[in-house]
Amino acid sequence: MGEFLFYLFAALTVMAAAAVVLNRNVVNAAMCLLLSFVGMAALFVLLEAYFLALLQVLVYAGAVVVLFLFIIMLFDVQGTDARRSYPRLGFAAGLVAVALLAIGVGSLVRHGRFEAVAVPAGAAPLKSFGDQLLTTYLLPMEVTGFLLLIAMLGVTVLSRKLDREEPR
Amino acid sequence: MSALALILAAPAAPAVIGLNHYVLVSALLFVIGFLGVVLRRNTLVIYMGLELMLNASTLAAVAFSRFNGTMDGNIFVFFIITVAAAEVAVGLAIIVALFRLRHTVQVEDLAALKN
Repeated sequence: MGEFLFYLFAALTVMAAAAVVLNRNVVNAAMCLLLSFVGMAALFVLLEAYFLALLQVLVYAGAVVVLFLFIIMLFDVQGTDARRSYPRLGFAAGLVAVALLAIGVGSLVRHGRFEAVAVPAGAAPLKSFGDQLLTTYLLPMEVTGFLLLIAMLGVTVLSRKLDREEPR
Repeated sequence: MSALALILAAPAAPAVIGLNHYVLVSALLFVIGFLGVVLRRNTLVIYMGLELMLNASTLAAVAFSRFNGTMDGNIFVFFIITVAAAEVAVGLAIIVALFRLRHTVQVEDLAALKN
């Protein structure tokens, strides 16, 4: 059962990601991105990282994709990218991508443990998550909170109307 | 037909899903995101490719953390998700500012720094 679910959600995630790249329509690409994020959340569940799966759905599928869609609607981007993408650069990029994948898989085959390791039980319960966040990782958490504040201020400043902007 | 029967009759391979499966999925996702960043011309789709690459790395981190038996990787991914949310907000604000200035989001029209 676990194997079947893994293959199902891995295929869903990878194919939705490919659809993001291949889709000509930006709104469809955003929808495929949503599907890919949900598949990733399912993979997190299979890895017993339940809290992260929840966060993935809430933050990525909830906030990030909605933000993308909001910006797309704001720009009123039609089905763009009618022109062919760069043919020579496409070939080079495909070559580099295959090389990246080959290096990754090759190092896995050479140095990775291919025999299935005995999986230790009980990965990340929510309680120890909170414990760790408020003891060992207290400083990073404070810094992250400050970073969110700075990001909020930065977004407000960035999206202010510029003075020298000519009226449309 | 006989091949199908052979496959159906064959005993299920004892393929336990291990670390390598997850890392392979993560590598595939990263490569797809990379191709999206390099090949697409719309800034928004390029940004989606960046998000895919970031997600691929978090999947690898969670898988390593799980099969290592610790939860440090999970907490690291927690921080990554938080920072990624802030990053998406700032990046999209930059794209909005760019669109206001140039009235386009296509990268081939944004060639002010070329040559």
